[in-house]
Amino acid sequence: MKFTNFRIAATASAVPKQVITNDQLAQIMDTSDEWIVQRTGIHQRHISDDETTSTLCTSVANQLLEEAGITANDIDYIIVATMSPDFLTPSVSAMVQGNVGAKNAAAFDINAACSGFVYGMSVAHDLLKGDRQKRALLIGGETLSRLIDWHDRSTAVLFGDGAAGVLLESADDEHGAWRGEDIKTFGELGRHLTAGHIVNRNPFSKQVDTQSPFFEMNGRRIYSFAVRNIPQSINKAAECANNTINDINYFVFHQANQRIIEHVAEDMEISADRCPININEFGNTAAASEPLLLDQLIKNQKIKRGDLLALTGFGGGLTIGTEIIRY
Amino acid sequence: MTKEEVFNQIKDIVKDQMDDGTADKIEETTNFKTDLNLDSLDVFEIVDKIEDTFDVEIESDEGIDTVGDLVDYVLKQKA
Repeated sequence: MKFTNFRIAATASAVPKQVITNDQLAQIMDTSDEWIVQRTGIHQRHISDDETTSTLCTSVANQLLEEAGITANDIDYIIVATMSPDFLTPSVSAMVQGNVGAKNAAAFDINAACSGFVYGMSVAHDLLKGDRQKRALLIGGETLSRLIDWHDRSTAVLFGDGAAGVLLESADDEHGAWRGEDIKTFGELGRHLTAGHIVNRNPFSKQVDTQSPFFEMNGRRIYSFAVRNIPQSINKAAECANNTINDINYFVFHQANQRIIEHVAEDMEISADRCPININEFGNTAAASEPLLLDQLIKNQKIKRGDLLALTGFGGGLTIGTEIIRY
Repeated sequence: MTKEEVFNQIKDIVKDQMDDGTADKIEETTNFKTDLNLDSLDVFEIVDKIEDTFDVEIESDEGIDTVGDLVDYVLKQKA
């Protein structure tokens, strides 16, 4: 049998226990619940205490194995999309592989920031092709709270921690989920959203490093990038899939800002009920946001087998991507 | 392009962004936040439309508080 596609066998998610409300943020910075909700749609976010990106992703991996009824030895690839790994090495995916004992799996991280999950799905689509059925864990996981300057109210209110993912299995094209995609990078705009700068501490350098290690964002440029490029990305992916926008049951957007999603939905004449939102609960969790929403919608039985979905990520890089899949 | 022409075009763009008719009273001194009750994301959208209309680059909304600030910015870029 020739495998040219994949199916989604299971979904799972894990978030830190600790919930931080807007009112709690207002106690440590000059902001308010009303201000945050009006501009972002965020009411609360999960913020790690003892959890790390790797422990959250390990929890997701174990849940995926359990839900699918397979063992860790049955996994061929572990891909973690993250911009907030525990270490630069080992990768989060390698830590997950070790933690779950997936001895047959090759593991690697990808960093495409908030587009990481859709970029990862594109990579997994290619890896799962072949003559043998293979399985991949694709997980988006972040502890963005470690990259936040908690004195900067313009960014500190936006982000949250969490992880979620899917178990993908090789499938033939008829039964496969993948229908089409569009992924694109705008490196010349990357300066508008930065985080995690690594300071040069070598004793032979005379450079004075002034770049912040925390999130720095030109909100206007990012907003503009998103509302201008998301419709194009969805239209191109739908064209690749030979579908129209009306064929798509649900649009699973990266949860960066509710106003961005509402703007795009209005622009593309998509009804609000086809653009589900959970940013109110989790904030912006970068690479974790699309799978967190996907898992929630599947567990709530809003998304059912056979539904056509557009998963769109956009953010740091700057990157953007849309995957059209039939669940 | 005269200052009046730029002002009138910007006034039309701001009117489009508003739904409630308050934009009829727009003057150069009109403040987006205190007079029109617009927040930063509303201003982002207005600035986007102005970039498209006048073919200018507006790097940041910092220092753009009033309609007149936008008029001056566009005139300076087009000079």
